[in-house]
Formats: sequence, structure tokens, C-alpha cells
Amino acid sequence: MSGRQPVLTMTAISKSFPGVRALDGVDFRLFPGEVHALMGENGAGKSTLIKVLTGVYGNDAGVISLAGQQVSFSGPMQAAAAGVSTVYQEVNLCANLSVAENIFIGREPRTLGAIRWGEMRRRARDLLARLDLHIDVTQLLGTYSLAVQQMVAIARAIDIQARVLILDEPTSSLDATEVEQLFRIMRHLRDEGIAIIFVTHFLDQVYGIADRITVLRNGRLVGEYPTAELPQLALVEKMIGKELDVLESLDEHAKRDAREIEAGTPFLQAEELGRKGSVTPFSLTIHAGEVVGLAGLLGSGRTEVARLLFGADRADHGKVAVDGKSAPLRNPIAAIGHDIAFCSENRRTEGLVGELSVRENIILAMQAARGWLRPIPRRRQDELVDKYVKALSIRPADPEIPVRNLSGGNQQKVLLARWLITEPRLLILDEPTRGIDVGAKAEIQKLVVQLSDGGMAVLFISAELEEVLRLSHKIAVMRDRQLVTELVNDHTVDADRVMQTIASGTHHEGPEVA
Amino acid sequence: MSTSKVRWAAVTGHSLFWPVVALLALLTANTIYRPGFLSVEMKDGHLYGSLIDILRLAAPLILVGLGMTLVIATGGIDLSVGSMCAISGAIACLHISQQPDQNALGGVLVALALGVGLSLVLGAWNGALVSIIGIQPIIATLILMVAGRGLAQLITEGQIITINSEPYKAVGVGYLLTLPISIFIAVGVALVVAAVTRRTALGMIIESVGGNAEASRLAGIRSARITFLVYVISAVCAGIAGFMVTANVSSADGNAAGLWIELDAILAVVIGGTSLAGGRFSLGGTILGALLIQTLTTTVYAMNISPQTALLFKAVVVIAVCLIQAPAFRAKFARRGPAAPAAPLAADQPKEQVPA
Repeated sequence: MSGRQPVLTMTAISKSFPGVRALDGVDFRLFPGEVHALMGENGAGKSTLIKVLTGVYGNDAGVISLAGQQVSFSGPMQAAAAGVSTVYQEVNLCANLSVAENIFIGREPRTLGAIRWGEMRRRARDLLARLDLHIDVTQLLGTYSLAVQQMVAIARAIDIQARVLILDEPTSSLDATEVEQLFRIMRHLRDEGIAIIFVTHFLDQVYGIADRITVLRNGRLVGEYPTAELPQLALVEKMIGKELDVLESLDEHAKRDAREIEAGTPFLQAEELGRKGSVTPFSLTIHAGEVVGLAGLLGSGRTEVARLLFGADRADHGKVAVDGKSAPLRNPIAAIGHDIAFCSENRRTEGLVGELSVRENIILAMQAARGWLRPIPRRRQDELVDKYVKALSIRPADPEIPVRNLSGGNQQKVLLARWLITEPRLLILDEPTRGIDVGAKAEIQKLVVQLSDGGMAVLFISAELEEVLRLSHKIAVMRDRQLVTELVNDHTVDADRVMQTIASGTHHEGPEVA
Repeated sequence: MSTSKVRWAAVTGHSLFWPVVALLALLTANTIYRPGFLSVEMKDGHLYGSLIDILRLAAPLILVGLGMTLVIATGGIDLSVGSMCAISGAIACLHISQQPDQNALGGVLVALALGVGLSLVLGAWNGALVSIIGIQPIIATLILMVAGRGLAQLITEGQIITINSEPYKAVGVGYLLTLPISIFIAVGVALVVAAVTRRTALGMIIESVGGNAEASRLAGIRSARITFLVYVISAVCAGIAGFMVTANVSSADGNAAGLWIELDAILAVVIGGTSLAGGRFSLGGTILGALLIQTLTTTVYAMNISPQTALLFKAVVVIAVCLIQAPAFRAKFARRGPAAPAAPLAADQPKEQVPA
């Protein structure tokens, strides 16, 4: 690459917010035809760097040049017009418009102000065909899976004659096949000469696709490396700046014998529990002190199982017993009454109340259970909140700031704390480690082990098979909205075997992928 | 940044800074126009003056605004409060008019109880439509906004009921300890609402439901009950305001009583810094908003602005207040201005920009 001119250089970029130095003299180079991974923990400055690049924020110091020309964008629209397009983690499209409308919104082909619908549809189809996606572009975007929506977002981005494509955590809601599909598109675009900035938390994906890696830490540049010359462990060390052995030490943790737990008294027994259009009737038993992992692809029905067990959705089939007694879990309140807690995978939409403070979010479930007429005394609130802010090392440790100001990992901990103070007997964790940094991830995993050692039952859902394997006593495998089998997690079980189970039987395609 | 700058940023960044500035500006303008504006004098053991008048006349709006604040905090809206005023005023006046002795305290108390009782029922109707049946609040309350006027007409049989009852009149124009009774009522209700929301967990739970309904449901909050409750509270507040409105003129007019007060109330809530999208609410802000609107109305009359242009004048001031409150507008304005202090602006923008 050394002989070529970078398409984008950012030199000595600095950016401060009140009280925070978000970027401190960061340099960044991007060459045409490369996939460049931008790595760092939450709060390292990745998002800020991208927002400075696309003009969402102005920079306090430093120079940005695009193809040799010094530039300073006033906002993402202008950046896109100059060929720097961004696809965000959360799909920023309108679910209630058609696919074609989404791709061309704001720049529809027109004659005298009237939209040329035919041409718009045709161009949308062509564009998607370039991404190997053949769907009906007149359908509402909301009828397609998140993965397809993500691809539509990319199609929209590259149509604006992109020279630089920024993908901000595009894979966090995709399953393995969909990720592979996305990578194929990325390679394709790369070969066309587009430079891609790829932000992700998945290390494997970085090694699967990135040509070079830039690492940030605490707003500073750590370095720029060719992927081949930076082993995975070294990358993690550079990201967090210390030797990482927490994850390894968990593996050595002597797991209690799964069979022993199985022989104990069950806490919750679901029998032929199901809901039409959501999940095929399944039976599952969870014992006190047991970690049950739910493995399966995205859309395989993992979340739906969790929602049924928490009463978030009402089951229309089968029954549930808690402590051996019939317990219809008609709604969350009923489930909470049986000491069941649920941390949703959608922290922002189904978990936290963004504008309420950390303290209020933590006591919310406990307060709801007491009813509004019996407020938790302020001193008791402060005690509980202090305890969990410390125990889970929630940062910043100021319980009075709105929870939306926290990073993803810390938000996850707040959600955990909310349920932990209610002292549940079954804790359902749906993707608790998604989109959070390595350090926080390790802390949450450690916590799960501690809780189950203390006798709490945990239903642990994760797309990362290794995590499920590391923590679970028993793994329930989901495929096509069906619980296919349960594996007792002993030495005979490994990632390969679980993957085979997921893949075995009838050939599977992601149920929602076109 | 120096500490004084930080302090200044904290003051200007406060959500009520601009409404307070607007209120002070209005009062100043009035004083310049009419130097005696701020003076308050004692006559027959009662305090008189424009400021007292503003407080007295703002009382119904404050009451309606308090209820509206809670409804809006849950993400709803209550358009029926104006009709509620008319209905509760009408039923109270009807009862008094049927008494042999209209000045008997007992009869008046029964009349007030009837009004509050009917408000409870109508509030429960609104609450049931929204929380149990699940109709959108704007539509659900539109029903009573329109039908309620008819109900009030039905109660008064299409007439304007005129009464001659000193105890009832006192609710609107009576004095207690040198101040109008209506001020005490408004303050009393405000304290009760504040206690009910902030001394219990109701306020936080309302904010939670308004801030994120699904997350609240999954946290085990019985949102339907909360929603039901706020419409009942709103109706009762409106009912009490209806007493004041009718007592002011000693008559119940099903058409005119509380007309358009719902719009002023919504405005007061918004000026007070409560988002129409629901979530965090500020009772103090709403009271300030109500005072601002009443001051504006008084100003219009005091300055002899012709009735034809009065509404326009009011609209212009309200637009100005709303614009200056919007951080986005101020940011734009400050960027154009030459010596705009950057610090306060940066501080009062949502902190979402702290890097994730």
C-alpha cells in the first residue's frame, strides 16, 4: 500500500466535550480499496472520530483531507455528497416506506418535480442486485429482516457514488450467514476501489475481512497495523492497554457438575409452551443455580423463548410450573411475582428509560413491584444504587445523570442492577454482552458465574457460541423457531458439536433472509 | 472555563431560564408603559394591584395545567378539560340555583362535591378509553371535548344559570388573609399534586411510562392503571378550575365556560419544559408557564391593544418564547451572532455527544 496515495487522511484531530477530551491528536489514514477496521473499547473515540469525519461534530484541531483536498463537512449530507457515506449500527431508515423509497429518499429521480416511480424502482432493483440481493423493492422496508434492512442501508450509501464507506457496527444484529453475505458485499465493494471503514466489536470479523487495523484508546491513537502482523491477543492488549486474563481465568473456573444440578429440584418447568407465529411449543426445565444457554442463529426463536418465559408475550399453548406449582405467566408482572427477571436484548427500546437517571432506572423494577404508593425511602435507594454501582463498576459513578449518557456496556450493567436488586431466582439475559467492550463483557460473564454459584438460575442467550459454552451447564439449541435439543455441557460438547446440531436435520437457511 | 462562566452556563441552561426571562420582560414592558403596574395597595384589608389580578386570573389555568402536565408526561393529551370546566361549573351552579337559600354553606359544599364527583366519573371515562380500550388520547378526549359541551348544555338546559351565592362566588373572587381565595386553592392543589407525585413514586413511574412505555411494562409497571389515574387527576383539576371560572361571573354558561382553556394549558405545560412526547415533567414549570400566559393576556388588555389584534399579539409572543427555548434555534442564532458565548450553548445541549 505504501506506494499509493491515501484517499483520506485525518491529521492531529482533537475534539473536546465539556469535561471530556474525546480525541487527542489522532491521525488516521485510509487507502482506496481497503477494509480498515477501527478498533477500541467503548469510549475510545471511534464514534467521535467518525462523527468528526462526517461533520456531525466540528473538530477543535486537526486537518481532514479527502483525495488530497482539505475538507470540512457541515454534516453527513454534505459528506455523503462528497463521497463519504455512513451506515449506522441502528438502521436509520423508515420502516413504513418501501425499499425503493428508502434508497432514494431525498434524491428521487424527478421530472418537473414529479417522481419517476418506474425509474426509481428499476434503479433500486439494479442497485440491490449489485449487492446480490433480490427482493421486491415495492414492499415496505419493515417487512424485511434487520439484515436485509442493513443491506438496503448500504445500497443507499453506495448509490451516492461513495469513495469512502463507513460501516458503524453493521454486524451486531446479524447472524453468521448474514455476516458472510455482508462480507461478500464488502469485498466486492473493496475490489471496486471503495475504501471501507469498519467498526465492530467482533474480533473474529476483523480478522475475517480487515486489511489494516487502527487502534484507539482513551481518545488517543495507539497505532496502525496490517491485520496479518497483529495477532488477536496483541490487538486486545492494545485496545484495553493491559494484559487480559479475565476471560481465560473464567475457563479455569471449576464448573459445578452439570448432572448434579440436573438432579436437583427444578425451579421452572415449561411444558409444550408455545405461541403461534413466534415459537413452536417447547419444553424446558431450569434448576436453581443452573445456567441454561440458548444457542441458535439470529431469528431462530431464542428471544421468543425468553419473552414467553417472562410473560412479555402471552403463550397460547402449554403451561409453566414454578416450584412445581402451575404458574401461568400471562404478563411480566406475573413473572416478576414468581421472581423471574428479564434483561432484554434491546436495551434502548425495551430496557432502559433513557431520560431517567441511573438511580431511577436501577430502582424501577423494585419500585414497580411495591406499587407507587410505597416509595422506596431515598436512603435505601442510595444504599442499593451505591452498592451496585460499585459492585458492577458502573461508570461514571454518578447515579443522578440520565442513563442515556452512559456507554452501552454501562447501560447493560444498569439494566442488570435493576433486576439484581429485586433478588430474582431466575434471571433471563438476552444478549447481555452484545455491543459492549471486552472488559465489560468479562465482568458480566464473571457475574453470571457468581450468581449461579449463589443459587440463581440463569437463562443465558448469546450469539457468541463460545460465551454460551463457557458459562452454561446445559445448552438448549434453537433452530427455525424450534427447540431442537438440549445438550448437557460436559467435556464432550464444543463449538463444533453445537454448530453441527444447529445445522443438522433439514437444511436451514436463515428463516428471514431472502 | 472559569467558575463564573460555568455557573452562568448552569443558569442559562436551566429549562426554565427563558420562560423566566420572558416573564420578567413582560412585567418590565408593562411597568414602562404604566409605571404603577407593579404597585400593590391595601384596600379594605384586601390587596389590590395588577400582580394580584394576574395571580387570581391565572389560578384556573394553573389548575388545568397541573393535571395536563401529568397527562402529557405519560405521553398523552387531554383535550376535554375545557368541557370539564363547563360541566362541573354547570352542575354546581344548577344545584345552588335549586336551593331555597343560595347563601347556605351546606348547599354550596354539596354543589362542589357534585362537581368533583362528576369530574371523577368523566375522568374515569377518559382514562378507560385510553388505558383499557386503547384509543389514542387525542381522539379519546376529543369525544368529551365536543360531547362535553353538549352535556353542559343539557345540565343548564341551554340557559345561562345565574346564581347569587356569596360562598360560591368566594371561590372565584373572595379574599382570605388579604389575598384572593383562588390563589390559595391553586397553591393548595399544586402542593397536593406535588406531594402525590414526588412524595410517592408516582411521578417517577409516570415519567417512566411516558419515557419508554415498553420498557416500563417489562419492568413490571402497571401502566394502564397509571394512565387511568392521570386522566382522573386531570379531570378533577379541571373540575375545580370550573368552579373558579363560573364563580368569577356567578353564572354557568355551558358554551363559554373554560372555552379554549385546554390550549392555554397545553401551552403552559410546553413552556414549562415538559415534552409533548412524554417523560420528565415539571409542575413548577407549568405554573410558571400559566403565569406567563396570564401576564400576556393581562398585558394585552392593559395596553389597550385592539381586540382584533390581541390574539395575533399573543401568538407572536408565544412563538418567540417557544423559539428561544429551543436549543437548536438558539444555536443557529448564536452561530450567526458575532460574540456568541460558546460555553453555555455547549453545556445545555443534550449530553449525548459525549463519545460513546
